[in-house]
Amino acid sequence: MAAWFRRTRAVAHYLRRNNGCTPSSSRGILVDCQGMPVPAAVPMPVVQPLESVWIGRATGRISPTRFPIFSAMRFESTRAEKHLESLQEVEDDDDAQVLDFPGGKVTFTSKMQFIPESSEKRVPCYRVLDDYGQPTEYDFSDQVNEELAVKMYTDMVTLQIMDAIFYEAQRQGRISFYLTSMGEEAINIASAAALTDDDVVLPQYREQGVLLWRGFTLQEFANQCFGNKVDYGKGRQMPIHYGSNKHNYFTVSSPIATQIPQAVGAAYSLKMDKKSACVAAYFGDGSTSEGDFHAGLNFAAVMEAPVIFICRNNGWAISTHIREQFRSDGIVVRGQAYGIRSIRVDGNDALAVYSAVREAREMAIKDQMPILIEVLTYRVGHHSTSDDSTKYRPMDEIEHWKMLRNPVNRFRKWVERKMWWDDKREVELRNNIRNQVLQAIQTAEKYEKPPLSDLFRDVYDALPSNLHEQESQLRETIKRHPKDYPLDVPV
Amino acid sequence: MLSILRREAAAGCSDAVLLRERLRRSCAAATARLRGYATAAKEMTVREALNTALDEEMSADPRVFLMGEEVGEYQGAYKISKGLLQKFGPERVVDTPITEAGFTGIGVGAAYYGLRPVVEFMTFNFAMQAIDHIINSAAKMNYMSAGNISVPIVFRGPNGAAAGVGAQHSQCYAAWYGSCPGLKVLAPYSSEDARGLLKAAIRDPDPVVFLENELIYGERFPVSAEALDSSFCLPIGKAKIEREGKDVTITAFSKMVGLSLEAAEILAKEGISAEVINLLSIRPLDRPTINASVRKTSRLVTVEEGFPQHGVGAEIGMSIIEDSFGYLDAPIERITGADVPMPYAANLERMALPQIEDIVRAAKRVCHRSVPMAATA
Repeated sequence: MAAWFRRTRAVAHYLRRNNGCTPSSSRGILVDCQGMPVPAAVPMPVVQPLESVWIGRATGRISPTRFPIFSAMRFESTRAEKHLESLQEVEDDDDAQVLDFPGGKVTFTSKMQFIPESSEKRVPCYRVLDDYGQPTEYDFSDQVNEELAVKMYTDMVTLQIMDAIFYEAQRQGRISFYLTSMGEEAINIASAAALTDDDVVLPQYREQGVLLWRGFTLQEFANQCFGNKVDYGKGRQMPIHYGSNKHNYFTVSSPIATQIPQAVGAAYSLKMDKKSACVAAYFGDGSTSEGDFHAGLNFAAVMEAPVIFICRNNGWAISTHIREQFRSDGIVVRGQAYGIRSIRVDGNDALAVYSAVREAREMAIKDQMPILIEVLTYRVGHHSTSDDSTKYRPMDEIEHWKMLRNPVNRFRKWVERKMWWDDKREVELRNNIRNQVLQAIQTAEKYEKPPLSDLFRDVYDALPSNLHEQESQLRETIKRHPKDYPLDVPV
Repeated sequence: MLSILRREAAAGCSDAVLLRERLRRSCAAATARLRGYATAAKEMTVREALNTALDEEMSADPRVFLMGEEVGEYQGAYKISKGLLQKFGPERVVDTPITEAGFTGIGVGAAYYGLRPVVEFMTFNFAMQAIDHIINSAAKMNYMSAGNISVPIVFRGPNGAAAGVGAQHSQCYAAWYGSCPGLKVLAPYSSEDARGLLKAAIRDPDPVVFLENELIYGERFPVSAEALDSSFCLPIGKAKIEREGKDVTITAFSKMVGLSLEAAEILAKEGISAEVINLLSIRPLDRPTINASVRKTSRLVTVEEGFPQHGVGAEIGMSIIEDSFGYLDAPIERITGADVPMPYAANLERMALPQIEDIVRAAKRVCHRSVPMAATA
């Protein structure tokens, strides 16, 4: 059975608190063959099982909870121990028996009780506006003024229209793929609004609204989808894999949940630089099944990294319903399992999302800790253009969420009630955006494709000799057989 | 500032005394320690070489940090990071929980955002649990992000067979990582190789897979005065001619270099002068050096520990066929590990790995000295 270790300081501290009982040396307490400490001028205690600290029976003076079993020097640096030590400082009942083990103190119980697999009540969901856009408790206009509210609303509408038109463009064969964020406009825009431009965003792939908020233009979106020569991605990736250094938005990477531990790494970098910024990692309900989710959250807690984990629980992972994904009460309950502060938020309530992310950001940066936010919503659209969700879920369920639980309409009602928006502006906005998106698509389509040299660059920092060779061989071949080379790709 | 040492082909091996000492050292069992002979240079184990390289690079650049299982308080699973936690503190030497996928992902994320992590795997066998992050998140990211996100990360750890550790601890991954564009793959042999290449890897802006070998950690090699300097660095992509010869070219990397040098010594007694090339860099492969050597000798034997199919030798063979086919006087031979998961029993393990006799026989075959293909136990 392992011995329990305490820091020398803790030993001395506890002993000093105990009516003049001080250790004879600063290092060790004499330990007998059972591993029980032998205090000076006290008879050897009766043989006891190592699990308990029942020295109190042998000596009247020394409280069992205070008396450590063994002390050793631990390396100072383990910050986690400091956290656990504070747990140990809790004043326990003198007579209560405690198990003092490497993870800290726990009290005993003689009742054998299994923690139930689910609690009777599910974790409640934080919301500000009701389904009709009426604030339930607070007004919130001190946090969200007219300017901010109107920008949030117009961006939500822009996102909606952009998604719809790009989706159609794929259907028409003009781009190869698209993925909408329908139903999740509030999550996208409101969370982005609560972050600052210095905060680093690691998206999954359904967060184009966050990039939109930060200033990515419709033209820039279109350029990436068409993979033309002004695409910042140089035509390397399939559509919706946006990335932008200047907007602090990491390039979308297809494998699920890989961004979660990466976000922790980036947060560690911010922490080392002592920046007043955090990392926001977005992912869906399906991602939480990946090993990376477990490793990322666990690590973030251990490293005390300033990262906000935003889980968009939209009910579906392609055709996998959440009941087949996990059996826990959603994602929020997992936070505590990792030692992470968490909250469940109504993802279709823009104000709730905004206020929760703002608060989370404060805590993450000030207290240098990770936060988990589960936003509940519904994936109104198909998973992507490669999916037809009517094959695995009922049409009326989709319609219900699309029409009655629409986050854009709900926020609009609040904004209109505050006299910051009206029908006329609505019509103007929608027409405007629609024209802009169509224009962006037409322009993007007309651009040339990226030049041939972009095929070989960026594999490494510097072009290696073998690729240099290959490129010149290719150019030679093109010169010899020009009619076999496409017209819209510049050489 | 970097001072890149240009390796002369004749450096280090033309001196017969030095060569004999090298061979004597590589003959010794992995754990045996030999007393250093009085040579012009100092001596250093590969372990010390890696430790000093890490120490110096971490001192020089505050963005460099080490992470992995047991690297901190335990001083490193193979004691490579001994003393580093004490010197640099827990922020720069991070003990990780047991999740290769997790800490590799975290390392990659840190590299995305400007730090320069060195991720240690207890062995590259365990790195398979993290290979998605190595390939999809690190190797391809600079390309996929169109140069916006560079990943200056080093993945290092023991690779290949040790002694009696069985199938899941003995695979060689040189061929797997060597096939991936976006990665650089290095395999040092001697202490100078280890020092120079690790420093180069840490300073490189691209992701580097650094394949060490557990059995050589304890071997001593002489190191020149230049190699001891903290700005010492070897160029990535250059192979080294360990021993010059004119009859047959033998290519090898990591532990196999030692065996090849001993084989060369045996061949010399039989009148065959073998040129031994230490690849050092699996990717990019130093095709010019290998080709120049084969054009000189007209015969090639490739040696590697890994599985035969799709191995490093296959790639080198094709490179010769593409560039120097006309110069060959005999078919190319490759000596590889057996096409089986590594067995545990010592006799079986010995049969599953290349031995000096295998290399000698192959060299003789390509020199048209009739020796049967099959090895007798």
